[in-house]
Amino acid sequence: MALVKVYVNYKQSILNPEAEAVHKALKRLGYADIEDVKLGKYFELTVADGKSQAEMDHEINEICDKLLANYNMENYHYEIEDAEAAQ
Amino acid sequence: MKFAVLEFPGSNCEMDLYNAIKDIIKEEVELVSYKQESLAGFDAALIPGGFSYGDYLRSGAIARFSPIIPALQQFASSGKPVLGICNGFQILTEAGLLPGSLQKNVSAKFICKDETLVVNNNHSLFSSEYQKGQLISLPIAHGDGNYYCDQETLKSLIAHDQIVFKYTNNPNGSVDNIAGIVNQQGNVLGMMPHPERAVEDVLGSSDGKGVFQSIVKHIKSRGVIYE
Repeated sequence: MALVKVYVNYKQSILNPEAEAVHKALKRLGYADIEDVKLGKYFELTVADGKSQAEMDHEINEICDKLLANYNMENYHYEIEDAEAAQ
Repeated sequence: MKFAVLEFPGSNCEMDLYNAIKDIIKEEVELVSYKQESLAGFDAALIPGGFSYGDYLRSGAIARFSPIIPALQQFASSGKPVLGICNGFQILTEAGLLPGSLQKNVSAKFICKDETLVVNNNHSLFSSEYQKGQLISLPIAHGDGNYYCDQETLKSLIAHDQIVFKYTNNPNGSVDNIAGIVNQQGNVLGMMPHPERAVEDVLGSSDGKGVFQSIVKHIKSRGVIYE
């Protein structure tokens, strides 16, 4: 098994009012040195064995493009880990 | 003529749409489950507001892969009218039937109130019953109604006169005050405000009736479209 960690976040040009609300709350709590907050989505996909690295890259990119991220406003990246080792 | 009103798990405006068509517009209408795979026999398809699949992941992102969607895409490509309202608009952008996407309102608040819109284009099949520049009042009720597209897409929307409704007092941060757009072919409209909630005076406004009357007029003048 492999563990795929997918990170989806808004493109730089997109306003993220939720992240701004979190940032303001941190300032209210006194963390004046926090200059920026990003708030996105994180997925862990457990993938069965049997695919080559290239096949897995192809599949994960397809999943991200189709469903996990909206290319219009979001970017994504992912890391592939050995699931047993990760546990 | 016969309208289809699509139903997804979490839709909540389907009966408002159904009743608007049946009682006010006085045309045939049928609810169509997201599990169906055909829209045969319908002249127009309406996608209601609500929170399909709880808005999980992104608004409309999961509904977009429902069994009914390929039939809807085929329906749209054959030139038949498709209208998505609120969550319906979000589903249409996710399904690639309309450009752009709907983001969180700039205020990060859910906004539920009447808004004044200006009819920016009255020669679409959805707006022919209005005058260009006419001001109409329709309710909005959304958290993700902030229409976003890149500058190139916006230029194209303007060049092809695809912006049908604009807010006069932008409530949510939408690019160019956009409240509703059509595709380039002109037969798919997405809009965040709710015309079906403004179809008789007892509801506070009957300004939304024109959207449905425009569709009926278009279909009756054009005749049956075969897929």
